[in-house]
Amino acid sequence: MSQTHLDITRDRCPMTFVKTKLELEKLQPGDTLEVLLTEGEPLNNVPKTAIEQGFAVMENVYVRDNVHRLVIRKPEGATP
Amino acid sequence: MGPKNRGNTMSEKKKLSLICMSGDFDKAVAVFTLASGAAAVNYDVNVFFTFWGLNVIKKNTGRRFLGKGLLDRAFNFLMGGRSNLPLSRLNFGGISPGLMTGMMRRRRVATLDELFQASLALGVNLYACEMAMHVLGLGKDDFIPEIKDVLGVAAFLDLSHGGQTLFI
Repeated sequence: MSQTHLDITRDRCPMTFVKTKLELEKLQPGDTLEVLLTEGEPLNNVPKTAIEQGFAVMENVYVRDNVHRLVIRKPEGATP
Repeated sequence: MGPKNRGNTMSEKKKLSLICMSGDFDKAVAVFTLASGAAAVNYDVNVFFTFWGLNVIKKNTGRRFLGKGLLDRAFNFLMGGRSNLPLSRLNFGGISPGLMTGMMRRRRVATLDELFQASLALGVNLYACEMAMHVLGLGKDDFIPEIKDVLGVAAFLDLSHGGQTLFI
């Protein structure tokens, strides 16, 4: 099990979702992805679409200046 | 896992189909922004390129004499490929797309090339219009290999059935 990191705080739509999706596709069951993202559209939609795609949002923590830290996990038993 | 956490099954997957008729730079940006954004939030995405839109998916991104007849060759040379797309307004003889790309880079907005590559990486389905290819004397080999198929109207309507369709 591994954790990867992604910072999309300087990206704009649609690359916020695109980069997250491409990283999520690389996860194996049990792996986590840590994402730094800003409030507004990224925070409203990245966790929502991750959940819709069968991932679990383990943490959603305010870090600083409109930046949040998400930890998204690919559940055990999910299709690799 | 509760209902909120359940992934979409194939039957629930949302679908977006885009008809790209324009060969303008800004409209191609709109096409690939919508295509990559929708694919990133788990939509099935189809893009159907017709008429000037075919310039966007040419294998050669610059100007090339393509086709068999004199007019085919002249048209295709003058229109060029993805690196020659004009801005729909204020093109200033072809300078503006480069200036716009610079502005997009400086403001950390994805460029046309980045959006195009993201769409390919996310598995957006690209199709070329059979009729428009025939008019312009283009063959499937003139396009990027990622073009999934050459289609007519009926086949595109079948593909887009049940989802949202936008014409650009």
